[in-house]
Formats: sequence, C-alpha cells, structure tokens
Amino acid sequence: MESLIGLLVAAPLLGAAVLLVGGRRLDRFGHWLATGLAALSFTFAAVLFFDMLGREGADRALSQHLYSWVPVADFQADIAFQLDQLSMTFVLLITSVGTLIHLYSIGYMEHDVRRRRFFAYLNLFLAAMLVLVLADNYLLLYVGWEGVGLASFLLIGFWQHKPSAATAAKKAFVVNRVGDIGLAIAIFLMFSTFGTFAFGPVLGSAEQASEGTLTAIGLMLLLAACGKSAQVPLQSWLGDAMEGPTPVSALIHAATMVTAGVYLVVRSGAIFDGAPDAQTVVVIVGAVTLLFGAIVGCAKDDIKKALAGSTMSQIGYMMLATGLGPIGYVFAIMHLVTHGFFKAGLFLGAGSVMHGMNDEVDMRRYGGLRKYMPVTFVTFGLGYLAIIGFPYLSGFFSKDEIIYAAFAKGGTEGWILGGVTLLGAALTAFYMTRIMLLTFFGEKRWQRDAEGNEPHPHESPKSMTIPMIVLAVGSVGAGFFFNLNHNFVDWLSPVVPTADGDSPISHGMVSVAATVLMLVGVGAAWLQYGRRPVPEVAPTGRWITRAARRDLLQDDFNHAAFVTPGNYLTRGLVYVDHKLVDGVVNGTAAMFGGLSGRLRKTQNGFARSYAASMFGGAAILIAVTLLMRAV
Amino acid sequence: MSPENYLHLSALLFTIGACGVLLRRNAIVVFMSIELMLNAANLALVTFSRMHGNLDGQIMAFFVMVVAAAEVVVGLAIIVMVYRSRHSASVDDASLMKL
Amino acid sequence: MSFPLLTATVLAPAIGAVATAVVPSARRTLAKWVALAASVVTAVLAALVLIRFEPGGDRYQLTESHAWIPDFGVSYELGVDGIGVALVALTAVLVPFLIGAGWNDADPKEDETPAGRRWRPTQGFFALILMVEAMVVMSFVATDIFLFYIFFEAMLIPMYFLIGGFGDRAGENSESQQAKQRSYAAVKFLLYNLAGGLIMLAAIIGLYVATSDLPGGGTFSLQAITEARASGELTFAQNTERLLFLGFFIAFAIKAPLWPLHTWLPNAMGESTAPVAVLITAVVDKVGTFAMLRFCLGLFPEASAWATPVVIALALVSIVYGALLAIGQRDMKRLIAYASISHFGFIVLGIFAMTSQGQSGATLYMVNHGIATAALMLVAGFLISRRGSRLIADYGGVQKTAPILAGTFLIGGLATLSLPGTGPFISEFLVLVGTFTRYPVAGIIACAGIVLAALYVLILYQRTMTGPVRPELSRMPDLRPRELAVVAPLIALLIFLGVFPKPLTDIVEPSVQHTLSDVGESDPEPELEARR
Repeated sequence: MESLIGLLVAAPLLGAAVLLVGGRRLDRFGHWLATGLAALSFTFAAVLFFDMLGREGADRALSQHLYSWVPVADFQADIAFQLDQLSMTFVLLITSVGTLIHLYSIGYMEHDVRRRRFFAYLNLFLAAMLVLVLADNYLLLYVGWEGVGLASFLLIGFWQHKPSAATAAKKAFVVNRVGDIGLAIAIFLMFSTFGTFAFGPVLGSAEQASEGTLTAIGLMLLLAACGKSAQVPLQSWLGDAMEGPTPVSALIHAATMVTAGVYLVVRSGAIFDGAPDAQTVVVIVGAVTLLFGAIVGCAKDDIKKALAGSTMSQIGYMMLATGLGPIGYVFAIMHLVTHGFFKAGLFLGAGSVMHGMNDEVDMRRYGGLRKYMPVTFVTFGLGYLAIIGFPYLSGFFSKDEIIYAAFAKGGTEGWILGGVTLLGAALTAFYMTRIMLLTFFGEKRWQRDAEGNEPHPHESPKSMTIPMIVLAVGSVGAGFFFNLNHNFVDWLSPVVPTADGDSPISHGMVSVAATVLMLVGVGAAWLQYGRRPVPEVAPTGRWITRAARRDLLQDDFNHAAFVTPGNYLTRGLVYVDHKLVDGVVNGTAAMFGGLSGRLRKTQNGFARSYAASMFGGAAILIAVTLLMRAV
Repeated sequence: MSPENYLHLSALLFTIGACGVLLRRNAIVVFMSIELMLNAANLALVTFSRMHGNLDGQIMAFFVMVVAAAEVVVGLAIIVMVYRSRHSASVDDASLMKL
Repeated sequence: MSFPLLTATVLAPAIGAVATAVVPSARRTLAKWVALAASVVTAVLAALVLIRFEPGGDRYQLTESHAWIPDFGVSYELGVDGIGVALVALTAVLVPFLIGAGWNDADPKEDETPAGRRWRPTQGFFALILMVEAMVVMSFVATDIFLFYIFFEAMLIPMYFLIGGFGDRAGENSESQQAKQRSYAAVKFLLYNLAGGLIMLAAIIGLYVATSDLPGGGTFSLQAITEARASGELTFAQNTERLLFLGFFIAFAIKAPLWPLHTWLPNAMGESTAPVAVLITAVVDKVGTFAMLRFCLGLFPEASAWATPVVIALALVSIVYGALLAIGQRDMKRLIAYASISHFGFIVLGIFAMTSQGQSGATLYMVNHGIATAALMLVAGFLISRRGSRLIADYGGVQKTAPILAGTFLIGGLATLSLPGTGPFISEFLVLVGTFTRYPVAGIIACAGIVLAALYVLILYQRTMTGPVRPELSRMPDLRPRELAVVAPLIALLIFLGVFPKPLTDIVEPSVQHTLSDVGESDPEPELEARR
C-alpha cells in the first residue's frame, strides 16, 4: 500500500513530462491524458483513504522511503513520503478539486492553441503540490514549495503575450521567493539546532530546544507562509495573479496552493506551541490580512480580483486560527477544506461568466445574468451562501468554529480577535453580496468588447458545468458532514493537537452573532447595489474606497520602499562598477602607459646619447662602490 | 719610476677617448676614440700585471687586443656600408635606433 | 605499471588540437569533426576515470609520478581526488557540447577570405578550444605545484586568442568597433590573469625556499608538503605562511573571480562567442575555485583560518554585488557574466565556511554552475546569432515565434536561479546550510542572493521572451536540431543532478573530509546534541 504514495505523485509528474516533451503530436488528446492522470491520482488517493479508514487512529500514518537524496555528513536528506491524516486531507482536496478543474479546463481552454502546455503545467502543479503535502522532511517540502511556485509562475504568465500577465507572473515568483528565504532559514536553524530537518525528529524534540530558537524558527516559517498564502506583508502578488486563466485562479490561487502556508504552520505546530511570541505574530498577521483582504474585496470591480481579496481574507481566518494553537488547528484545516470547495466553485463560476461575456471581468458591465446562465447562477449562489456562512452550509460550520476559538483565546486578546473575526464575517457578507448582485441581478449593463462584438451570454458546456455542480454540492454539504459526530476533529486529532477552548460566550451565541452580522452585511450591500441602479463607471468614492481599489496602497508602498530604491541602487552600482572598480584597473593601465611613454623619450636613437648614459651609469656605479668602501 | 704613473697615463688616455666618443660626430673618429679607450685599458692591465707580479693582466690584454681587432673589422665594415648608403659618416644622422 | 589514464585524458584533447590545426584550410567540416571526435574521446576517458575512482579509497588515486627536474624538486605527478574527478568530468562533458554549439561560429565570412593566404579560423578555433581543455584537465589532475602552475598560466595563451580572435556577428556596432572592444577584453583578461599568475609564481618560489629544510631538499609535491606539515616535520613561520597564502589566493581570486577583481569577466564573456564565454566561466574559472580548495586550504591551513573572515566578507559582497549588477545590465551576456560572479561568491563562501556541507556544496556548485550557465549561455548565444544583438531591449515575444528556444532558455534560467529539482538547488542549499551552521549571519546575508537571482533571471526572461512579438523577430526560426541536440542533454543532466545527486556527493564527500582534516576543522555540532 505504501508504494501507492509514490505513484500518487508520479502520475501527474509523468503527465507533465510527457506533455512537455511530446510536442505538438499530443495536441489532440493531451488534455484528456492530463485529466486522466489527475483522476488516476485521485483514485490512488481514494484507495489510500479507505485503506487508512480500515486502521485505528494511531496506526493510520504510512510512510514510503524512496531513496537517499543528498547525503553529506550529518546532512541527510531523503526522498521520503509520509501520509498521515493531515496529508491525506490535503491529498484528497488537491486531487479531487484538481481533477475537477482539469475537466473544467478542457472546455475553458478549448480555443487556446497552447492548451497542451496548459495541461502540462496543471499536472506539474498537482505533482509539486502533492510533494509539498506528502514530504516527510522540510527540505522535500521546500522542493514542493518552490515547485508550486514555479507552476504558479508558469500558469499566471500563461498568456505571455500580455505584458501584464508576464509581469504578474514575475511578481508572484519574486514575492514568493522572499517568503522562501524564510523557509530556507528555518531549515538552516533546524539543522543547526536538531541536526536534522525531518518532521519526526524535529517536531518530536522541539520541546527540548530553547524558546528563542523556536521563536526564530517559527517566525521564519511564518515568513514562508506569508509569501505562499498571500498574507500581509507579502500579499501583493495575489491580486495580480488573477491575470492567469480562471481555472488556475480557482485551483492554485484559491483552493490549494495559497493554503500551503496554513499547512506549514499546522504541520509545524510543535514548534509554534513552544514559541508563544511567534504564535502571537501569526495571529496578528492573520487578523490584519483578514480585514485587509475583506476591505480590498469590497472595492474591486474586477470579479476575479474581488474574489482574490476574499481568498486573502479567508486565509487570514485560517492563519488566525493556526495562531491560536491547539484550539484552532483543526478548524483552520476544516475551513481550509470547505473554503477549497466553495472558493474553487466561485472562481469556476466567475470563469463561466467570463466565458459567456467575451472575457469581460468588470462586474459593472455584467448584470442580470441569472436568466442566461442558470446553472452558473445556482452553483455560484450556493458557493456564495456557503462563504458568507449561511446557516448549515459549509462556511457556517467552519467559520463559526474559528470565531469561537478566537473568543476562546481568552482575555482582552480573545475579545479583540473575536471582534475582528465577527467584523470579517460582516464584510464577507457585504462583498460577496455585492458580487452576486452586480453579476446576476439588476439590469443588463453589457458592453461591446474591444473588437466590437456584442456579448451573447450563454451557459457553458457540460465539461465546465459538471465540476461546478460537484463543487457546489461540496460547498453545501462538506461542513455539515465534517461537523456530524465531530467527524473532522476525530479524524485529525491523532496527528494534530487539539484542545477545547474556554470561551466567554457559548457556541450558540457565536452562531447567532455571526448570522446577525452576516445579515447586516447582506443588507448593506443590498441597500447600495440592489435597490439602486449600479453606475457603469465607478463613482470616485471616499478615500478608503479609493485606497482599497488600489489594494490599500500595497504596490505604492512596495514601489516606494523597494522597487525605486532598488532601481537606483542597481543603476548606481553599474556606474560604480564601471567607473570605480574598473576605473582603478583602467587607471593603473593608463598610468603605466603614460610612464612608459615618457621613458620611451629617452630612447632617442642617438648613439652618442646612449654612450653618455653608459658612461654616466658607469661613473655612478664606481662612485657608489668607492663610497661604500669608504664607509 | 713608480708604476702608478702608468696608471695615471692610462686614466688620462681613457678620458680622452671617452670625450672623443661623446663629442665627435664623425664615425671614424668615434671609432678611433674607442680604440684609444681599449688601449688605455690594456695599459692599465699590463701595469697591474707588473705590480702584482703575475701574468694575468697581460693575458687579459691579449684578449682585449683580439677582440679589438675583430671589432675593427666588423665596425669599419658597418661604417663603410652606412657611408655608402647615406653619404655621411656622422653618427647623429643615423638616429634610427628607436621606435 | 598500469595504463596512465590521467595522462591519456590530458593527451587526448592535446593531440586532437594538433590534428585539428593541421587539417587543410579547405576542409573545414573535417576539422570540426576531428575536434568533436577528440573531445568525445576525452569524455570517454574521463568517464573511465570516474568509473575507476573508488570513493572510499585513497585520497589521491590513479596517481602517476615521474622525475622531471629533480634538481629543483619538480616532478611530473598526477592524481585525482573526488573533487578533481568531478571537475574533470565536468570539463570533459561540457567541451563536446561547446564544440557542437560553436559549430558554425568560426566559419570565415565570404569577404574575409583573402586569396593566396592560408586563412583558416575554423581550424584555429577548435584547436584552441581543445588546447584549453587539455590544460584545464591538467590543472585538475596535477599534484605537483610547479606542474600545476605551468598549465594554470599556459591556459591564458589559447584563451587570449579565443577571446580576441572570435566574436559574435556584428549587429548595430560596426565591425571595427567590435574588434576594438574584443581586443580590449582579451588584453584585459590576459593582464589581469597574468598579474595574478606572477604573484603566484613569487609565492611558489617562496614555498620552495620554505620547504628546503626538508630532508629530501625543497619540493613542489603537494602530497609531500601536506604530509610533512601533518607530521610536524615542516612548519612555516606565521608571516611566511600568510604571505604565501596571499600569493596563491590572489591568483585564484582573480581567476575565480572574486569581488573586486572581477571586472575582466564581463568584458571577456560579453565580447567572446557564447561557447567561449561558457568555456571561460564554466571551465577555466573553475580552476581558480578548485585551486583554492586544493592548494590554499591544503598547504596553508593556519593562514586560511586567519583569512577566513575577510574572504567570507568578499564572497558575500560578490554574491550581492554580482546579482545587483546583473539586474542592472542591458546586455544579456554581461548579465550572465555578473550572475556568474554572484555564483562564484557562493562557491568561495562554501569553501571557506569549512564545513562538510559547505565544501561539498561548493564542489557540486562548480559542477552545477558549469552546466546551468552552459545551458543558459548557449541558448542566449543561439538567440543572439539570430538577431545579431546582445541587447535585451532588442528582443521581445520570442516565446511566440520560437517556443522551444524560449522553453530551454527558461529552464536554463530556472536552473541558474537554483530552482529545486535542478542541480544548482542542491549545491546552493548545501553551501548555505554549511555556512549557516558556522556563520549564521553570513548565511542569512547570502540568502539575499536567492531573491536577487530570481529577479535577474525573470527580468531577462520577461523582457526577451514574453510580451508582444517584435516585428524584426516575427520570422525567427526555432531551435535547429543541432542546437537542440546541444541543449537537451545539458538540461537532462541538470535535472538528473537535481533529482539524484547522490553519486556525485558520494565521490566528493570523502575528499572534502580530507581537506577539512588538513585544515583541522570539523562540522559544528547541533545545538541539542551539544547540550546533551
């Protein structure tokens, strides 16, 4: 059974390799091959899952050691996989959503001449993501970590002829690399502290390490998580990443890759448990991002960017939950899974809308689409209800648990965090209702596209609607199923530390408060966008709206703080290198040149002057010799 | 008579020769001045031989004479060739020994 | 007496060089095939060296020793350790690809064949490349310091002609202006390296004098000196050792090149053709870092320890400075050259971190950097040959017209920025880990190189390959079969070394342990074990 773990990764990796090397002759069936291999990977995952269910809690983890990878003295890195309940959860999410999105892309990318490459990259992404969650040591995790970054780079920049896409891809990769440094340094710290970086020994002996070391490791892991999960301060790439094709946004930038940071923090729980300061920072990052993403999401007119803001905000929820320690870990993962379903569904819905509207993304040019795209409307609507936490849908269970855990943190902190998460719930309801109203309700505000084509909204083909329906079912039912008999908590508790929080307010109170605030958010959105007609050109708005449209000035800040000084620095250094470092060399050369030019003048060719210098030299030599004698 | 007088004479001859080399332009005269310097050296060598009571200096003087003879052969040939090609025996006219 | 395999590995390209040079001027194609055959034979011999080498065996293997100038203690001594084997293999593997890549680079242009004169640049080009190969291999296998020195210096002669004599197709610049820049680059290369070489010559003579107290008289044998030092028979006065160390180190730091002695590299790599640029950075420069590891650390352990802080600081400056300058370049070959300077910073950092991870990583880095730069630079060369310009601004949208070229360029670039799954990742990570365990701050500063590398590679890729297609490039052909045959194996090798580097680490690590024991250092213990 263990050998299946390797095959799980190998299937999509093989697909990527075959599609990339195979060339044009695979164009006809390449997408089916890729989808088939993704489905195969999902089948393996399902087999492993049921096999796992057949065993008792503590014995469920499997491991597969493939080979010794980089052995240098004490530095022993192995290619080895570990499949425990936490990894299994991710594997199921990745392969299932991944397969659905492969299927969806067949329709979505039908007219793209480079479709084969697109599927190759998708397969590559699946393989890298599976490596990330299956690795049994941090170095292999790092491979998956950068591997998904690469896939993300390739897919964001898939339409490379658009300069904006190419720039966004580069930005995503570079910002992620800043985060990757964190992971790298964390591994260095682990190696110099524990002499290893395999999960088992590091997490097992984390208690023995000093708190300072653990805090340092924790903060570095958090930096990595911030990069990958688009948390403040490394959030700026996610909005631009929406330049990629929509299935990519759904799979990578909503459901799976961006949640890798949460996985990392939960996986390294033992380290954070010994470093309360690091945990506090995690909580702060989560809380800030939660609000940041929600505010940005409220102001964007681009449907994908609004959803991207929402993604940031929801991951902020998860990050906040992980920072709470054992009372939050499980619910972070639970929210991650339910979010994976409903956000992927929402993005696929957005893609379907764009597909029908000549790739228009501005929501102010949508309106009234519910009649033209009924399936999209219903599935999107269910995802919408799930994310805003409509009672008894997925988001309701997972988000309320996080709000409850935030209160359970205790003391003033608990109240602040609880307040922030509740506020976030209201904002979520607001921006999601706004998207819903602008897109599907109200009158038509359609416009011709750049080539003057009138949009003819139509329902998307089956290959696109089926994945949307499946995800909608997941959005509706997953939370209820997870919460039934504490299914999810019991499933994860053998590998993820859990604890019951002691909250000043009860579960029921939290649910009521969250529902009320949700209704407030929905109502506010309806007042602004439902009751009144929507202007086709966005009103100027107040300063906060303007700032939020500019992503709360994140790019302005980054430009002022890093890009511009960096440009000056490189230009200055090019000058210095040319004039100073090279100048010294060229100067030395010029000096010798000048000197020799002058010395050459003494060689005037007159025999008698040579003779004179000979006599002079001889005279000086004799004089010196005599003087030396005399002394 | 003290042998040192020969040394003084030798020094005097050498100086005259050196001045001739430096001051005269005619290649033949310069050449003769060089011969004068060589013979001044020969005189000194022979004197030293006498003062030290062995034959080393005299042997050396013979060598010098042989070399001087060879030099005259080569040198005069060069001068003649130069004169033929440039119609001048002035050393300053042949300032070609530079880049 | 066994077959002198190392001598054969040196002789094969040397004989090939002579054979190539004497091919008649009209038979250019024959000359190319002769050169290729010679380099392939060399590669086969190097493979034999690799097979015959036993990782756990003696420190120096396949040794050969003959008296040469016994009066001065100079002998013809060859032998390889794991580090040498890895680099010989790198050289022998790369050169056939360079010959393949430069197949048409040295063809005489139509108007350039003066009648009546024996004009044959093609023969010269390939003969010079093979000559450089022979000399580089010799420097990797020579265990006699004097022998090493001769080839270390002699290498400059063919390199000078390669840089000065052969350049890219003239684009915007006029032919004569380009020739002028080329001869400037060649002279700069020569003078820089010659200056380093002369300092080293002084140090070598000093070393001979310092060893003259030994019972057998002065010697140049690396093994004899190392053994005498280990047994305490030979001791250097502190100042003597430091001066000798500096003499060697400066020569190697110029060759490597380390900041601030680096300015010859961008000129040399910018002006020469892509295969020659690869030859410089991937092969010839490796002699510098290799010699630091073998001679500086092996001969002068105490002085090495004394100089370590300064060397590490210089290495860090190189890493950051090289990367920043790479970002600021407008010429893609110079960009790659500055990227190499950054990478050489990593190599030197790994060597002087004095840990097994650092030095193994540095050795792997030399190999991986060679292959990665070769892949990137050769594809850049193919690109330049199509457009006749080295300026990044003259390109755009290449991926649309030449997707395979763009793809291979991207893979080469990703390897250069040390993406996991390619060889350079492993070496860079090992260097960083090895540095961090001993010098945490240096390790963290060096991490800046990770981000900056992503910047210069992706900016280069974005500006040349993506965006709308420039009209001049709309008919640009994709990679030809010959070009693909050169690049594809290099990429395969990069990925293989990234996925399964164990064979290489197994060969390198024992030698690194020997070097570390020369220096008297051992890896720092993990914090927790130390506490137990």
